[in-house]
Amino acid sequence: MPKVKPRVKSVKDLAELRKRLRSSAKNFKSKLTICGGTGCHASRSQDVIDAVKKELKKRKLEKSVRVRVTGCHGFCEQGPLMILEPGNIFYCGLKPEDAGEIIAETILKGEVIERLLYTDPVTSNKVQTEAEIPFYRAQDRQLLAQNRHVDPCSIEDYIAIGGYSALAKTLAEFSPEKVIEEVKISGLRGRGGGGFPTARKWAECRSAPGEEKYVICNADEGDPGAYMDRSILEGNPHLVIEGMMIGAWAIGARQGYVYVRNEYPLAVKHARIAIQQAREYGLLGDDILGGGFSFDMEICRGGGAFVCGESTALMASLEGKVGEPRPKDVHTVTDGLWHKPTTLNNVETWANVSPIISNGAAWFAGKGTRGSKGTKIFALTGRVKNTGLVEVAMGTPLRTIVFDIGGGAINGRAVKAVQTGGPSGGCLPLDRLDLPVDFDALYDAGSMVGSGGIVVMDEKTCMVDVAKYFLAFLQDESCGKCVPCRLGIDRMLEIVTDITEGRGRPEQIDLLKELADTVASASLCGLGKTAPNPVLSTLRYFPEEYEAHINEKRCPAGVCRELIEYEIDAEKCNGCGACRRACPHDAIKGKKKEAHVINSRKCQKCGICLSGCKFDSIIVT
Amino acid sequence: MSVLTLESILKGRRSQPHQLIEVLHDVQERYRYIPEEDMRIVSRELGVPLIEVYRVANFYKAFSLKPLGRNVITICTGTACHVRGSNLLSNQVLGQLGISPGDTTEDGQFTLEQVNCLGACALGPVVVLNGTYYKHMTPSKLRSLINSVNEKGIEDTDDAKSKTKGKKRQRSC
Ligand SMILES: Cc1cc2nc3c(=O)[nH]c(=O)nc-3n(C[C@H](O)[C@H](O)[C@H](O)COP(=O)(O)O)c2cc1C
Ligand code: SF4
Ligand code: SF4
Ligand code: SF4
Ligand code: FES
Ligand code: FES
Repeated sequence: MPKVKPRVKSVKDLAELRKRLRSSAKNFKSKLTICGGTGCHASRSQDVIDAVKKELKKRKLEKSVRVRVTGCHGFCEQGPLMILEPGNIFYCGLKPEDAGEIIAETILKGEVIERLLYTDPVTSNKVQTEAEIPFYRAQDRQLLAQNRHVDPCSIEDYIAIGGYSALAKTLAEFSPEKVIEEVKISGLRGRGGGGFPTARKWAECRSAPGEEKYVICNADEGDPGAYMDRSILEGNPHLVIEGMMIGAWAIGARQGYVYVRNEYPLAVKHARIAIQQAREYGLLGDDILGGGFSFDMEICRGGGAFVCGESTALMASLEGKVGEPRPKDVHTVTDGLWHKPTTLNNVETWANVSPIISNGAAWFAGKGTRGSKGTKIFALTGRVKNTGLVEVAMGTPLRTIVFDIGGGAINGRAVKAVQTGGPSGGCLPLDRLDLPVDFDALYDAGSMVGSGGIVVMDEKTCMVDVAKYFLAFLQDESCGKCVPCRLGIDRMLEIVTDITEGRGRPEQIDLLKELADTVASASLCGLGKTAPNPVLSTLRYFPEEYEAHINEKRCPAGVCRELIEYEIDAEKCNGCGACRRACPHDAIKGKKKEAHVINSRKCQKCGICLSGCKFDSIIVT
Repeated sequence: MSVLTLESILKGRRSQPHQLIEVLHDVQERYRYIPEEDMRIVSRELGVPLIEVYRVANFYKAFSLKPLGRNVITICTGTACHVRGSNLLSNQVLGQLGISPGDTTEDGQFTLEQVNCLGACALGPVVVLNGTYYKHMTPSKLRSLINSVNEKGIEDTDDAKSKTKGKKRQRSC
């Protein structure tokens, strides 16, 4: 790679650079792609990367084998992951010790190491490539699949796969109006939660009076359990930057901001590097590609407040202020950041822009349902087997995602419910899983697509506890500016807490519904307006769980601490003593090879014994 | 990265009130909390009233106005981690160290923090100890982890046990 970056001054320069990069890539005999996304990092992928690099150095293979550390490949549960080319061989669950064997066997001899392949859980067969893995088979990975081809810290990788050609095409062939028209025909709706038509927002911002305008990328991703925005920004930052540049051209902005949460340090780092590299090539700055368009951007870190994902609060935060929402009598498209017209879109929304320009609006509109076009990335998590990031065409039934891709609940249990849309969404029961993921269909069922979190729940999940969880979250995150949200959520939480702690009374349910109504209708911003959804949806679909807590003082799922006891099943217990030794509170007694018992007065319900018993003898009642 | 000084943090950002949050992040990184003295300097240099600096430092969860302990345990309480039992982890720390989220032990050894999602949801419940992520946490693994920090050097029995278990555990794929 050249040390001083050649400035790319025209569309022709860019095409030539791409040609050069592609031909120099041919110097490598094999390629080894290792996932360095946050999920795989948590599985110690850095150790694997270090071991591989050390091994290559030892064998003097650095020049013929390209090691590419990339962002998330989606199947985080199985990480650390590696893909080897030629052969497209997919290894998973790697350990640093495997590095030597991989180089010796697969790289040098072309032998596949059975042991490191994925086992199809249904057929028990070893499968060799990503395409044969059920988790990947049912997906349509338009955005995520790019991750494996780019090192996020290498703009060259991005350019080599065709990056910035959509920008070149835009500047050379499209008027701003034409870009907006194209986005409109594509049917792209915002991926940040509300599903607002992107083209309409851009058109309004374009026609708003004023010279100075801004584009903002919302990478706050406050929705707990969702991490697709992080994975795109972390794995393929240039895709987001390119989308923002095309958007900026369309609305007439010269400056952009990426607002990213501070809890995502890798995303911050990669986005910063990407902006720097784009500047060095002249792809950010003045007179980009000789098309007379000037644009630059900046990264701003959030401060860990959920409400700052809301557009007006986010803009206040960008201005360096406390992130409190303001009434939207005047829209931010005309009166936004520093009172200038501003377009704010979600990470995934921006990421979809350049593929739409490159492939055409019809390509995008060809996927999905009547009202929801394209693909959507979901974070599939919770009590499901194959957790990870899933990208499917809009309209795919939830059942396909949870069972075909997700493999159903963990430990052979039954799926009970699926929570979508995060704190603004709701819980859908098993018999609603045939619903397509479509903005309107989920909304009608009392939930939401939201930012795309799908949390799977099984019989070990208590739905009342889930409702309490979201209320506690929202109470903590409410900015406190308006009374219905501040006091209403607090009161609702109090009632649900009563129920989970055995003090619930039947008449409280009606009060809960009444409060929900008030909070939803009288709150200022989206946080308060949608806060009651998790409670209302659990009340609607799982009334029997509330009844068990209130009438029988029982938590059927064995979650609510005040209503449960830890016990040992004397029939199953063989007296191995593992639990007795592990209990930090000295609550378990028993002789060797005889059934043990738990002293409920001493037991702190810490759960330590539960995970340690190999014979499933400890029960929570 | 080179050591940040308040001088280098403020460089190029003076008289730019909108840089307040970025500056506070850097100060927090430098001292691991926001000292009062620095708030005064930041207020003067950026041209933001001190009360506003204080309000911002107080509003955002990322900022701490009290010094942190030597070891920081961060427990994720996001939805994905919650349904996999992260509440047991907070209870565990409370039982073991006697501290609730936001608190530091009296000897300054540990601070407990909670966050609403670390973006490694697929591997929940997730705990971070001093920047290192631990996946699939259980109360007993967390207990050993805290013990191993507390009695550095002494092989904790629980810890040794979980190590052998780790070796025996079969590759899941
Ligand atoms: C309380 C609250 C939190 C939000 N958090 C986020 C977020 O983290 N990321 C995001 O993209 N949108 C979030 N939104 C939605 C944004 O306000 C905004 O609608 C969205 O970013 C617009 O982008 P889009 O049109 O591309 O979806 C949030 C909204 C509310 C009310
Ligand atoms: S609804 Fe809640 S979060 Fe939104 S402005 Fe009101 S108090 Fe703040
Ligand atoms: S660990 Fe299980 S089998 Fe062993 S003594 Fe305890 S309950 Fe019985
Ligand atoms: S739950 Fe904890 S305190 Fe209770 S018996 Fe088990 S290990 Fe002991
Ligand atoms: S982080 Fe590696 S697959 Fe998701
Ligand atoms: S919910 Fe715990 S890491 Fe996301």
